[in-house]
Amino acid sequence: MSSISTTPSAAALTLPGFWHRAFRHRSFTIGAILTALLLIAATLSYLWTPWSPYEMDMASKLQPPSGAHWLGTDTFGRDVASQLLVGARASILVGVIAVGIGLTIGTALGLLASARRGWIEEAIMRLSDFSMAFPAILSAIMLTAVFGAGIVNAIIAIGIYNIPTFARITRASANAIWSREYVAAARACGKGQLAITLQHVLPNISAVLIVQITIRFAIAILAEAALSYLGLGTQPPQPSWGRMLSEAQTMMFQAPLLAVFPGLAIALAVMGLNLLGDGLRDLLDPRLARAR
Amino acid sequence: MSLFLFKRFVTLIATLIGASIIVFLVLEILPGNAAQILMGPDASPDAVAALAAKLGLDQPAWARYWHWIDGLLTGNLGDSYAYSSPVIDLILERLALTIPLAVLAMSFTTVLALLVGVTAAARHNKLGDVGLMGLTQVGIAIPNFWFAILLILVFSVQLQWFSAGGFEGWDEGVLPGLKALLLPALSLAVVQAAILARITRSAVLEVMREDFVRTARAKGVSQRAVLWRHVLRNALIPVITVMGMQFSELLAGTIVVENVFYLPGLGRLIFQAISNRDLIVVRNCVMLLAAMVVIVNFVVDVLYAVIDPRIKASDI
Repeated sequence: MSSISTTPSAAALTLPGFWHRAFRHRSFTIGAILTALLLIAATLSYLWTPWSPYEMDMASKLQPPSGAHWLGTDTFGRDVASQLLVGARASILVGVIAVGIGLTIGTALGLLASARRGWIEEAIMRLSDFSMAFPAILSAIMLTAVFGAGIVNAIIAIGIYNIPTFARITRASANAIWSREYVAAARACGKGQLAITLQHVLPNISAVLIVQITIRFAIAILAEAALSYLGLGTQPPQPSWGRMLSEAQTMMFQAPLLAVFPGLAIALAVMGLNLLGDGLRDLLDPRLARAR
Repeated sequence: MSLFLFKRFVTLIATLIGASIIVFLVLEILPGNAAQILMGPDASPDAVAALAAKLGLDQPAWARYWHWIDGLLTGNLGDSYAYSSPVIDLILERLALTIPLAVLAMSFTTVLALLVGVTAAARHNKLGDVGLMGLTQVGIAIPNFWFAILLILVFSVQLQWFSAGGFEGWDEGVLPGLKALLLPALSLAVVQAAILARITRSAVLEVMREDFVRTARAKGVSQRAVLWRHVLRNALIPVITVMGMQFSELLAGTIVVENVFYLPGLGRLIFQAISNRDLIVVRNCVMLLAAMVVIVNFVVDVLYAVIDPRIKASDI
């Protein structure tokens, strides 16, 4: 009789020594720092920016980095550093809502598929197969062709793109939990499927979902940046890292540095989330925890 | 094998039908009056009605869907509203760039990923492994369109080895055409190669623990021969599966990268069709891209079974 669970559990987050181990884990630490920087930038932008990100000053256009404008100015004389800070908001907004859509709907579908099995499971998995034919960009293109460009449609498209992934991962992890003896015992005690799902299955797959959240958040930031670059995402005058790159491309010969900073911001944010996910995956794996 | 192929083929057809229904629902049903969308909000009701009649929008949804599917199967995709020319001609013209671009990018991805992944695995836990995996971590985080812009900055603006964009066409010759696609293909390949390299490294490390590898080493086979002749072949199974999934991301990437380099491919056609509110072109191009993704995944499934006979047996 197997008495030790090998399924990663978010309960590990509350174990003594977890945070001590976490901050000795290189990937987790670097990822946490970079992710914190992203959150701080977005939060700080509500309180203070070096300059107004919307104010145009044609006399100061295309300035290189200086004491006055730390990262220079763009084609319209707007401060690049201020736009980067405010642009972080769009990235986080899209990440939170799009991942939230995928997490809630996808997890619910995955849990339903795992609990009910049979034709319900088959139908949900086939629906997710159809959705896999549409990468986020393609879904966003379909929506914007019909409803117009904008951050809302971008969020919906990226959110819909996340649903099949969460559904598949939830179903695969939940299937492993349903075969456990303690679930059989719960059933023998008369607990219904919903109670077992909420009290036993969901808590025991939460670690897998937490790791997936960080990965999908990173993908959402990349997708939003790509859509904004194409003009289909965040609309002016709201700053967006992707659109800053699009504008910078037209000025590559005159001000090549304009193309560096927004891309660097995107890359650092995505790397931070990926490293955070890698670290959490290692830390929440009970097999690795026992080995320590 | 034939039963396995039949089951996979049925799944392929079902997925294509499902994808077509999704595209039809989003681009034909959801907009309400597609003719209004095509003509814009300021068009007169008479003009909208005339276009609606011409496009058959007065027919029931199931009849329009069937007419569209019939057109897809016979190659009659209708006429582009913006270009006033057959959509099939537009698409074929653009595919002549997008398909070579995707194939070139996938080739770069495969070569880079195998080199990096196998090298990192051979130097497991040493500086080479840590360095290469650190590079892949950076590669995964870089947006492909930003990498494209950086390539233009270095190789077009600074070094002037390549043009910053555009495509003269294959009439100018194969080599000039490939040269024009080199930077776009590299910008698509780097991100995918970074992901695939990590998968390759994990797969190679897994296979290196097998008994037959220990036997080969005991027989005196060189490390290089063990890796490339014995280990890699067995490690390719999960790698090929991921390559199939990456193809869909690569196709999505061509939409963005073609716009960075102003390449007249399928991605740029879709983008221009959206600006022109040309839903007919958007619908057919999106369906084509989705079909390409589904078919590639089918091919990967079949290849997977050919390489590993255990897959066919377990499926039956």
